[in-house]
Amino acid sequence: MTSNLVIVPVLWQFLIAVAQMFSWFNPRLQRKLSVSGNVIQVLIASWLLTEVYRQGILTMNAGKWPAPFGIVFVSDTFSAVLVLITSISGLAVSLFSLANIVEARMRFGYFPIMHLLFAGLNGAFLTGDIFNLYVWFEIIIISSFVLLTIGGEKPQLEGAVKYFTLNILASTIFLTAIGVLYGLAGTLNMADLALKVAAIPNKGLVEVTAILFLVGFGIKSAIFPLYFWLPASYHTPPAAIAAIFGGLLTKLGVYAMLRVFTLVFFEDPIIDTLMIILAGLTIITGSLGAMVQTNVRKIFSYLIISHIGYMVIALGIHTELAVTGAVFYMIHDIVVKTNLFMVSGLLYRVQGTHHIDRLGGFYQYYPRLSLLLAIPLFSLVGVPPLSGFWPKIDLFKAAYLEGGSFITICLAFGTVITLLVIARVWAEVFWRPAENLPERPNFRFWHLFTLAEKIQYITPIALLSAVSLIIAFRAADVHRISQKIASELMNPKNYIQTVLPDKSAEQQ
Amino acid sequence: MEILLAIVTGLLYGAGLFMMLRRSMVKLIIGLILIGNGANILIFLLGRIAKGKPPIIPADAKVLTELYADPVPQALILTAIVISFGLQAFAIVLFKKVYQALHSDDLDTVNTIDDDL
Repeated sequence: MTSNLVIVPVLWQFLIAVAQMFSWFNPRLQRKLSVSGNVIQVLIASWLLTEVYRQGILTMNAGKWPAPFGIVFVSDTFSAVLVLITSISGLAVSLFSLANIVEARMRFGYFPIMHLLFAGLNGAFLTGDIFNLYVWFEIIIISSFVLLTIGGEKPQLEGAVKYFTLNILASTIFLTAIGVLYGLAGTLNMADLALKVAAIPNKGLVEVTAILFLVGFGIKSAIFPLYFWLPASYHTPPAAIAAIFGGLLTKLGVYAMLRVFTLVFFEDPIIDTLMIILAGLTIITGSLGAMVQTNVRKIFSYLIISHIGYMVIALGIHTELAVTGAVFYMIHDIVVKTNLFMVSGLLYRVQGTHHIDRLGGFYQYYPRLSLLLAIPLFSLVGVPPLSGFWPKIDLFKAAYLEGGSFITICLAFGTVITLLVIARVWAEVFWRPAENLPERPNFRFWHLFTLAEKIQYITPIALLSAVSLIIAFRAADVHRISQKIASELMNPKNYIQTVLPDKSAEQQ
Repeated sequence: MEILLAIVTGLLYGAGLFMMLRRSMVKLIIGLILIGNGANILIFLLGRIAKGKPPIIPADAKVLTELYADPVPQALILTAIVISFGLQAFAIVLFKKVYQALHSDDLDTVNTIDDDL
């Protein structure tokens, strides 16, 4: 089905950014535009998802140039679900920014850049053209560089050096891979590539190209040995910015991997084995890293790395059950990781520190708030019946039945260590008696906040906690959607036929 | 021509990576620029080089039968050049700011944040 609705989520975010640029010196108006714009964005994304669910895959040919000659935007269930989850997380971050981002940062264009980042994310999820995917990646990283450095504090600049260098390198490798793939297949449309790559006689060259893609996306999604930029930079910006990064940017790399390695490249045992080994080491090193850290945000950064491994290892198993688990885990992970970084921002506001030894007494003074914060923390571990539990059923089942003992051990190891880490955070931050607040003259502590500011801090955390509770208690529905996505990914015939109606007819 | 371009591409990638592995921030930027140019030439090379063969279909034919100068890689390179230009400009400003904050060009000194709050 052709429908212009596919491009609306991208255009809408772009429009918000433009409108905010016209109100550059008026942060109050920007705040209103951002929140109301993101509410409408959630509605648009839900509309897109229902349309995709009713009518099947939707496409939009830019400038009416028929695929594969023009750029095509495609929304299958996977894209539509991710756009919806991104919109919900975006709304939460937008609300959280109201109180978390100081006005000086807003005056340097925080909100427009944030919306350009969301436009880039939606574009990357919806495009059906591999070079266009590269362009969206670039829009995302340029926006993320600005967000990471905005304010120009020394730690931010230092983190930005590492983030910047490795992300540029990843983009260049991705570009190289696209160039080589174009040289091999002579097309950039992903559906067309799927047909042409399968027909290339020289499988060795295809394998090399696939590895180039794996490295490019691997740096972006922070898999073992390429992840060192992530814990070096994610703890430096304000919590709202870290929440966008932690929740969404690494998952974009995983999305790109899931898309490219199921659609464009055929199943290859070497690539799959490589992916399983790397992902297994990602889980192990990430969770061990989380154990030794004392900065709450660094702990969460290492947990991101560890949990990226779950999704990549499932892709390495390369069966429908495993991909179902990966997709389900991704839906849960975006919501929970975004929430976790906002939680770290709240903890910082209360105690004036990120250091786990100096945080404490949270449960003693804020018992109801602690119960709210328990939801994202224990969802992450996967304590039943919270949302992390359900995708792990699929993952473990796939690992046990179709993977092998190495995968099962890695998954179990990651889960146990995550439990240990979160238990440590819980014991140190919530149960341990409080220490005196540090002397910080220019710091506004939580108890000095007005009610409106407190609401601005707590509402987004409550919103995302509610979403993860919905995922948990409607797990059967989310699982059904993930299954549908997995079957679409593993049998891309329908996708190819929708994007290229003439070509597929020719082949039959 | 192909051989020459292939060698140039390899040299640019190699030199770029070497410069990126140095400790100086200025050399890091130079490395990024070299690798970016290497990628552009690689795309140009892989689009097949045809001299004086514009991709115009003759009036009496429906498709191009001979080798022709493919316009797609050129469009890709143009896009990539524009993007890398923006990124390099950002890189220079970023590293200038870092230099102002740290008073050092040495990348090994960019790790004072590990003992923060």
